[in-house]
Amino acid sequence: MSRRPPFSSHTGVAAPMLTDNIDTDQIIPSREMKTVSRDGLGDGLFAGQRYQSSQSRAENPDFILNQAPYRNASIILAGANFGCGSSREHAVWALAEYGIRSIIAESFGEIFHGNCGRNGVLPIILDKPDVLVLADHVRKDPQKHVLNIDLDAQRVKAQAASLSFSFDVDPYQKRLLMGGLDPIGLTLTRKSDIDAFLKNDVKRRPWIYE
Amino acid sequence: MAKTLFDKLWTMHEVAPDGDGASLIAIDRVMLHERTGGVALRGLAETGRRPRAPSRVFAVMDHIVSFREGRGPNDARLPGGEVFITETRRMAQEAGVHLIDTDDPRQGIVHVTAPEQGIAHPGVSLICPDSHTCSLGALGAFAVGVGSSEAEHAMATGVMRIKKPAQMRIRVNGRLRPGVAAKDLALHIISAYGAGGAERRVVEYAGSAIDALSIEQRLTLCNLAVEFAAFTALIAPDENVLKYVEGRPFAPSARNLDEAKAIWSDLYTDDEAIFEEEIVLNADKIEPMISWGTSPEQCIAVDEAIPVINALPATKRDQAAKAMAYMDVSPGARLSACSVDGVFIGSCTNGRLSDLREAASVLRGRKVASGVRAVCVPGSQGVRCQAESEGLDQIFRAAGFEWGEPGCAMCFYAGGETFPPGARVVSTTNRNFEGRQGPGVRTHLASPATVAASAVVGKIVGADTLSGDKMAAP
Repeated sequence: MSRRPPFSSHTGVAAPMLTDNIDTDQIIPSREMKTVSRDGLGDGLFAGQRYQSSQSRAENPDFILNQAPYRNASIILAGANFGCGSSREHAVWALAEYGIRSIIAESFGEIFHGNCGRNGVLPIILDKPDVLVLADHVRKDPQKHVLNIDLDAQRVKAQAASLSFSFDVDPYQKRLLMGGLDPIGLTLTRKSDIDAFLKNDVKRRPWIYE
Repeated sequence: MAKTLFDKLWTMHEVAPDGDGASLIAIDRVMLHERTGGVALRGLAETGRRPRAPSRVFAVMDHIVSFREGRGPNDARLPGGEVFITETRRMAQEAGVHLIDTDDPRQGIVHVTAPEQGIAHPGVSLICPDSHTCSLGALGAFAVGVGSSEAEHAMATGVMRIKKPAQMRIRVNGRLRPGVAAKDLALHIISAYGAGGAERRVVEYAGSAIDALSIEQRLTLCNLAVEFAAFTALIAPDENVLKYVEGRPFAPSARNLDEAKAIWSDLYTDDEAIFEEEIVLNADKIEPMISWGTSPEQCIAVDEAIPVINALPATKRDQAAKAMAYMDVSPGARLSACSVDGVFIGSCTNGRLSDLREAASVLRGRKVASGVRAVCVPGSQGVRCQAESEGLDQIFRAAGFEWGEPGCAMCFYAGGETFPPGARVVSTTNRNFEGRQGPGVRTHLASPATVAASAVVGKIVGADTLSGDKMAAP
């Protein structure tokens, strides 16, 4: 899998996980981070709820992503402050490897939100009532009531119910996602600005560069 | 135009606008740890890049290191964890960045080591792939917790692209009462305004109660800003900060100190400056706090009753019911009825010398209740050495505490040995999430004094329970 698959539009099954404050410890428990790597984390996604115990991989049938209608979900519908807590980017890497392409939430943890775009995952903020309408619609028949996300047009649609919501997206994040771009490469196009700043700053604040 | 402290830090580091309200911000220092920093170094190496300024990058071992006394240089606290230590060490050496290794006398939790070594000081912009980096705003540093890729980006480019956040000031008037700690103030604020309360704003703490806090207490207060959804936290540096910083290894050298101080003297919020939001609190009313649930916003005063579900806002009820089931507590009950199975004192929140002193003053001449596993892990080798020279380790040991080697230790479970499922643990740490300290472990967040008192009584109690007549009878 590419580190940054480009995102233009996506249609998929959405899983409602509407509890507020779903933190990155829940998304990927620390015990599931086994190597110094971005890969191999999908299996540990939501491990604390997804499996019957920390010692086994026997599925917990109560967990939404283990239930047949949601098993191939690629979108999560979430409440407030999704991805709060630990800065671990492993949370986004785990979601992406599992196949989640977008999270639609009332709000996001700040660091998690920033981590999404550079890993091919689109975070969408909608008002709570809109998220709830989508969740109600999806629950009626998750496999048929798929959601369509058009990043270029900035719209989430549920065609089966003629629902359509527009969303804001940071233009930079949009550019990164649509192009599957490398943020470092983009910033390095500004190298002359950075060099000029440093040349001046070393005189202004020499102790930083001691 | 009147400026806030954050406005001034922003201007100081702004390289250039980068469109859409964002700017490229110069990052003076990058801190890494073996859990999420190694992968940033690896990302650089894999793409054939090198840190632009390796002398301004610091890799510290803290998250995965064993906290057993007498640990070896590669000993991890979880099976297979050695790879994080050895790989981070190897990559840090290859990249030529500063390495503060497991056996280094400067080793400690990154947010404890950074101020101790002067890496964080007023006006420095600093990022670290760790959410509690906001702690360092306590010194007037522009400190931001980020993901691993952002750290990789800053190492490669020297900058971070940031959309300027909105700002909030929390003015705390009056003075915290004796026995009430910065930890209690932070938990009070989060419980009053919610875990999402700061909504990505930069939070500046100000007011007489903040001025009266020691540097270490300020670090504790700012540490918890991320649990309040802040972008970061700040406190304007005062004389106490300047005294604290002077002479530390990575602080400005004597040659540059006067010039640095001249710039730092402008690091305060102008009188007329405007914040998007202002909160004013009275410190006198704040009491020792404890969390009852699984979010840091689910807190009460130690002797208060747990909320009744229907008394909570409708949007909080489901989460509260779920949290109460996990924590095995009842609405309307008091936590003093709950037996304690374990306590932990340490972490980037409360693992500094004054925290250990505060706990030791409660523990002196007392014993941990039978059946309670008690662990204290100093936040750094510096803290450990000073604590041992004051005899604090002897007080902890005599009381029945295990005394550990510096690191994040039991703040979070990463595999390996921990408290058993269902254990009720009172902890000086920062997160009470489900399973944070181990599968099924029930974490109650509190100050060092409250944790120490709870260890002694074997129930959740405030330190005042042990003072005066209440402790006289054997």
